[in-house]
Order: sequence, then C-alpha cells, then structure tokens
Amino acid sequence: MKWLSLLPLGLILFLSGCSELAVLDPKGPVARSQKDLIMFSIIFMLLIIVVIFGLFTYMVVKYRDRPGRGNKDYDPNIHGNTKLEVVWTIIPLIIIIVLSVPNVQTLFELEKPPEKASDKEPLVIYATSADWKWFFSYPEQDIETVNYLHIPTDRAIEFRMSSADSMQALWIPVLGGQKYTMAGMETKLYLQADEPGVYKGRNANFNGEGFTKQTFEVYAESDETFSEWVKETQNNAPDLTQDKYNELLKPGLLNEMTFSSTHLQWVHHGMMEGRDYAIKRHRDEYKELLHLENGKGTGHHDK
Amino acid sequence: MQWDEFFVTGEPLIYGAMVSIALVSAAIMFTLFYFKKWGWLWREWLTTVDHKRIGIMYIISALAMLFRGGMDALMLRTQLAFPDMNFLSAQHYDEIFTTHGTIMIIFMAMPFLIGLMNIVVPLQIGARDVAFPYLNALSFWSFFFGAMLFNISFVIGGSPDAGWTSYTPLAGAAMNPGPGQNFYLLGLQLSGIGTLATGINFMVTIIKMRAPGMKMFQMPIFSWSTLVTSFIIVFAFPILTVALALMTIDRIFGSQFFTLTGEGMPMMWVNLFWMWGHPEVYIVVLPAFGIFSEIISTFARKQLFGYKAMVLSMIVIAGLSFLVWVHHFFTMGMGAFVNSVFSISTMLIAVPTGVKIFNWLGTLHKGRIQLTTPMLWSLAFIPSFVIGGVTGVMLGMAAADYQFHNSYFLVAHFHYVLISGTVFACFAGLVYWYPKMFGHKLNEKLGKLSLWFFVIGFHVCFFPQYFVGLDGMPRRVFTIMPEWMPLNVISTVGAFGMGAGFAIFVYSIYYSLRYNEREKTGDSWDGRTLEWATPTPVPFYNFATVPKVDGPDAFLAMKEKGETTFEEEKLEPIHMPSSTGQPIIMMSFMFIASFGLVFEWIWMAVAGLIAGIIMMAIRSFDYDDGFYVKVDEIKRTERKVRGL
Repeated sequence: MKWLSLLPLGLILFLSGCSELAVLDPKGPVARSQKDLIMFSIIFMLLIIVVIFGLFTYMVVKYRDRPGRGNKDYDPNIHGNTKLEVVWTIIPLIIIIVLSVPNVQTLFELEKPPEKASDKEPLVIYATSADWKWFFSYPEQDIETVNYLHIPTDRAIEFRMSSADSMQALWIPVLGGQKYTMAGMETKLYLQADEPGVYKGRNANFNGEGFTKQTFEVYAESDETFSEWVKETQNNAPDLTQDKYNELLKPGLLNEMTFSSTHLQWVHHGMMEGRDYAIKRHRDEYKELLHLENGKGTGHHDK
Repeated sequence: MQWDEFFVTGEPLIYGAMVSIALVSAAIMFTLFYFKKWGWLWREWLTTVDHKRIGIMYIISALAMLFRGGMDALMLRTQLAFPDMNFLSAQHYDEIFTTHGTIMIIFMAMPFLIGLMNIVVPLQIGARDVAFPYLNALSFWSFFFGAMLFNISFVIGGSPDAGWTSYTPLAGAAMNPGPGQNFYLLGLQLSGIGTLATGINFMVTIIKMRAPGMKMFQMPIFSWSTLVTSFIIVFAFPILTVALALMTIDRIFGSQFFTLTGEGMPMMWVNLFWMWGHPEVYIVVLPAFGIFSEIISTFARKQLFGYKAMVLSMIVIAGLSFLVWVHHFFTMGMGAFVNSVFSISTMLIAVPTGVKIFNWLGTLHKGRIQLTTPMLWSLAFIPSFVIGGVTGVMLGMAAADYQFHNSYFLVAHFHYVLISGTVFACFAGLVYWYPKMFGHKLNEKLGKLSLWFFVIGFHVCFFPQYFVGLDGMPRRVFTIMPEWMPLNVISTVGAFGMGAGFAIFVYSIYYSLRYNEREKTGDSWDGRTLEWATPTPVPFYNFATVPKVDGPDAFLAMKEKGETTFEEEKLEPIHMPSSTGQPIIMMSFMFIASFGLVFEWIWMAVAGLIAGIIMMAIRSFDYDDGFYVKVDEIKRTERKVRGL
C-alpha cells in the first residue's frame, strides 16, 4: 500500500505536463474561463476517484477469499443501510450543485463579449464554412479571406457563423470552445486573443471527405499591425466577383486567398433565402470523390 | 447498372475481404453438406422458438459482429498511429468509422445483451418461455437480416460514410448520393423492428410470467434491469423508426424533411436521432449493470447491498435518459438557458449511478470474494467506469463542453463507459452463464489471460485519448498532426492489446469445448437465483415443476430447504409452442424488400414487401397452438439430465 502515497505526487507531475495541451494553455479570456472551469471540475472528480478507488482497493484486498480466512468478517445477510445510502446520494448531489453554479455563470458569460474588452466594440467577422474551407468576411473593412484569419489582440471578435452546405463547427482551441455552423441559421461566438501569435483553427464537426484538411490559421496581432494588414489588403487584393465566389464554393480544398470585397453582397448563407445557394449550384459535384490521401490526392474532383 | 457499380472495387483490402468471405462461406456449406447437417440446422436452430437457443444465436451473431467492429477499430487505429499514414484514404477511413460505430452499438452491444436476456430472464423468473415465443424468433431474424444487410455494404454497393449519427444534410441525397447511406437506413430499420418487439416481449414476460409468489421486489436484479430496459426500448425505438423512415423517404422518393432545399429542417434529424440515441446508451448499459450486480453478489457470496436503491436508481436513470438528449449538441447555439437546463439534468444522472457504484462496494463489504473470471471482469468494471463517469460529468458541464465537444476527449469518455460498462459485462455475463448454455465452464486460466490483455489494452488505448483531445484533436480526422503522435502510438498499441484479448477469448471457447470437464449439477457457481435451479443442459421446457418463491435469492432459499424443481408426484403435462419456419422466411422476404430499396429497385422492394405481407396473412390464419409434453417424457428427460 506504500506506493499509494506516491499517487498525489504522480498526479502533480502529470498535470504539470498538461500545460502543453492546447485547451489547458489558453491565449484569451474565453479559453481561460473554460480552462478554469475544467480545472475546477477536475479537483472534484479527482476527489471522487480517490474515495472510490480507495474504498474499492480496501474491499477487494480485505474481503477476498484467501486460505485460512474462516468466517471472520463474513456476513452474507447484510441487505442495506439506509443511512449510508442517503449519505452517498446527498454528497454527489452537493458536488453537482457546486459544479452547476460556475457552469451556469460561465454559460451566460459566453453569450456576451468578454468583459475585459468592453471599452471597444467587438470586431464583427462573418465566418462561413463550406465543404471544405472557410470564408471570413470583414463587412466593416470590406475584406474577405479564405482559410486564414487576422484578428487584433485585446478586442472581442464577434463571429457570426453559418454554413453554405453541411453542418460544421468553428473551433480555435487556444482561444475558446466551438459552436456549430448551419445553413439557414446564424450562430454567434465571442472569442478574444490576449497575446499575439499564430494559432490553429479548424472545423470540428465531421462533414465528409475533406474534413481533416479543413483547417485555418489565426494571426493574432496588435491593433497597428492589424490595421496595416487591413489597409494593404484593401489596396492590393482583387475584388471577389460572384462567379469567382461560386467557383470557390464548389466542394473541394482551397489554399489561402484574400479579396477586397465580401460575398455578403449576394448571399448570406445564415438566412433562410441563402441556405440552398450552394446546393443548387453544386449538387452534382458531390457524386465524385476527392481521393484524399496523405501526400497524394489533389483535393479537387477528378472528372 | 455495371458490375463495378454493384461490387466495390479498387481497394486491395476489400478484395481480400471478398476472397475470405467466399472461402468461409464455401467451407461452411461444404461442412454442412459433407456431414449432412442441413436438416439438423433447420429443425434444431433456424426454426426454433426456444428462448435459450434464440439467445445463443444472438450471442454468436454478436460475437461475429464484435470481430467485424474490432477489425474496423484496428484499421482505424493503424491509420492514426503516425502522421501521414497512407494505410487508408480519407473516404475509406470515413466508411470504416461509420460502420465501426453502428455495428458496435446496434449489431454488437444490443444483440449481445438481448441474447443474455433471452437465455437468462425466463429462467430467473421461473418461466417456461417468453410471453410470445413466435415473436421472439421473428425479432431475432429481423436483427439477423438487418445486420447482414448492413454488413454486405462494404463489398456490395459501398459502405455508409456519414458517421453512426448520420447528421443531415450531410447524409441526405444531395451530399451523399449512392446506396451507402441507404444501407444504414434500412439495416437499422429492419433490425429496429425486432428490437422494439423484443422490448414488448420482455415487458410482458416479466410482468405476467413470474413464478408463483415472486413479487416485483423479489425479482433478481438482472430481470429488473431487463424490465427497465424494455420500457426504454418501447418508448425510444418508435422515434428511431420514424426518423429513419423520414430520411429514407427523403433519399429515395425525394421528399424534403431533412434537406436544405424546400422546407426541410436538417436539425430535426439531430433532435430525433438523439431523442432515441441518448436512451439507447442506457439500453446497452442498464442490462450490463444488472449482470454486474448478479455476478458481484454471487462471488462476494452475499445478498446484493441496497437492492431497492439499486432498482430505484435504474428507474431514475431510465427516466432521466429521456430528458438530456440536447447535451449532444450543446454547441448548436441554443442559448445559455436551454444549455443550463440540459447541463444540470445531464449531471444529475451521476447521482443514481453513484448510488449504484457505492452499493456494489457495499456488496463487497464483509463478503468472501472469489476471484473467478466473471468476477474479475466485474471488478475491473468499477474503477474503469468511474473514470468514464466522472469525465461524463465534465462533458455535461456545457460551458466546458464547448472545448470537449467532438474532440478525442469525448471519444475517450464514451469508450470508457461503453466498453467498461457494456463489453466487460458481455464477457462477464457470457463466462458466468456459459455453463448454463453449453454444459461446461470456460477455461479459467485462458479467461483470466484474455481479461488482462483486454483490460490493460483498454486503458492503454483510451486513457491517452483524453489528453490528445485536450490538445485539440477532433474525432473522425483520418490523419494526425505530428504533435499528437506519441499519445496516438500508445493508443494504437493498446488497441492491439484488446484485439489479442479477444483472440485469446475465442481460443478459450475452442479449448474449453475440447478439454473442460462437463457440468453435472447445473449449479455451476453455487448460485442464488432460479436459473441455477435447472439441470444442465436445460430441458426445452425449463422447469419440470415450477418453484414457489417467497423471498429474494429464491434458489438459495430452495437449497437451504432442500427443495428441487423436479418433484415427480407434482408433474403435469407442459404446454409448449411448436417450432416454425415462418419467422426466418418472413424476414428473408423483408431482407429482399430492403435490399431492393437500398438500390432503389422499386420492383424488388414491392415484390419483397408483398411476399412479407402474404407471410403475415398466413400467420394470422395459423391455428397451431403448440403441444403438450407428456408426464412420462418429462420424467425420462429429467432423470437423464440429473443422472438419477
């Protein structure tokens, strides 16, 4: 039983290694509040585990049928103990209540922009997912990017999300948890970055062959750098024409691209009117496979 | 249609599978012809209405499905071991995880447990059969043909590839043309009919056919879990039936229930699927709880601790299971209030589950624990399930779930609860009741060896997945990022450990058949409940004289009083149902109809359906009431099996 005393030490070592993990290494207030909630729940869960594992080990070791045990401590007719049963109903109930309070609080907080940046209006970005790429439209700046994202730090980002076709999800683990994107509906997600850096984002909800490759990079940078990037893009990037947009919507993979106008002028996939826009145009494309393999496979339909 | 559109082509793995299917089928046919066993197979098995034989057929099919689903799992884990593996392409990977999930839940876990229920429940409650034996056979064949329809998809037509949840619009006709998704819809539909019938059957059996004197709260706990499960089935399965039917009509006849075009509501599928899908989780876990309770009580040599609390907690879990389905899509943007409600109701399930865990520990307390193979499976379940359970509470916290959702954290959680809950229980229950089924025990040494491989492999496989999930790895990706490699390598090694455990288990069946001692008494483990009161092999009428019950652990009381289930002076003729070929024929017609629908060959579907309806008409004019077993024959049989 001596090795059991090493358990807490092992757990500390183990958990200290976890700070490398994306979700437990937040770069913004949303991910941080979620991390805090996760760590808070882990404390209670470890408590439960220690109690049950301890009792379990004790019972199995002490009451196993070993030679020479005789009838000591053996009582086949115990059929219950109401007091004990009430105790082990009430304690979990209390734990659940204790966990529910911060959980519900956080849930309501996540529906608003993070408080820290309340002096600045959130930056609105329309995130549109399509099989198997991302369109990010900045209506204020009149910019659209494909498969990458520039955001200023210390300012809330209000994602207005929808999908052009199948159901997908926007997830940037170090900035905070995900939400689904659906055609004909608009979901809102507030995220914010504190530190400049390049972060990974992706679609987290399975949507067919190109799913694995549907990732994007998030460039979080200071206000000035962000403004510079906006200006440069407005001046240098080509306009997005409707024909070009329709071409890009076709199921398949795309590289990063930049445009100095947005697709919102023709279609908003988050509205009822816009939800069959892509399907009407590209229904036939789904009959062909991408033939996606590692190192091979074009990501485009072969005909 | 071209042949290469009918058969799946272009994959060496699939050609290999085709060849092995052909070889195995040929070998089986040859054996049956060579030993002239066709008549025996037809009379004794294919037309049987005996609940014990139907149970055995369920379990054999489920083991075959465990093999299929397990091979799928090993292929997935091989592809995920290293970054940039080229073992499976993205499309092939998608098909395999879809069939892995569907097969394990629908065609492995549920049938395995239903098989055990079939064998055990009538014996435990002192009944001679289930309430509707003909319907029971029909249920089995509908499951069997549903499973076969789903399984041939990988060589004929192509497998479904939209995940076991098959969310629309991804699974709709527009984005997922071809027969693959139809196989999913009709395979589940066909077997779902049988599951619903089984639920009704067991509900009636347990309520109406208990031995004289057995009150509801004296029923063995496994029978209780079966009753509660039957209620869940009866309330949940109609939802699935409707949802599948709507999507089938969408895909084949062009309606717009779940489409993006027209007035379709794709999210309605997600709701319907999980309104069935969440209770489904408890359909496969509650009977497992029942099995563990029986085994722990038997081998701790003690009465079950807190029997009433155990029953009530199952009922509470069953009720809550219908109120939490929204937690499968917390991230759909329903707002904080809705998420809070479903978050709290989800976490509440932990309370009755916790009560059960502590009651099992209470059963061990002051016991005399015998570490047999079924007991070891049950003991391995407790800590493993606790890990799965507490991470379930973490997932239930909606605000945190935004980070866990669709990640490997989730994958780790549900494998932890489903494997330690259901699969451990299937092994435990099979080993425990094996002597009742086949007249000899399984080899203990091999059994323990397979257990250690499986249990250790299980933890090595799934524990790292919690961490790789926290590192941002989503489920269902077909290749991994380099930073996720170390944990994924460990996970794959564990998966192969589990595979080895399964292989040893199968070998132990063969080994025990050849070398293990035959059972003589029928009471293999010094049992406490009525199934052990019958001789082995169990006569088809189960009990020569039905015992009178006046307390819990009925057989233990009988042993103390020196009573048996064979009192010659009390024998009376026993009424039993006759065997019939109708169920298998009716369901093979339904198979043909479903196959026609899969390929949208309406003529074939209509022909199969008409033939099925004709079979139903024949059944409704069938006046066969069964037959009576004469007292002489009962006497002869009992004396022979009891060695008197």
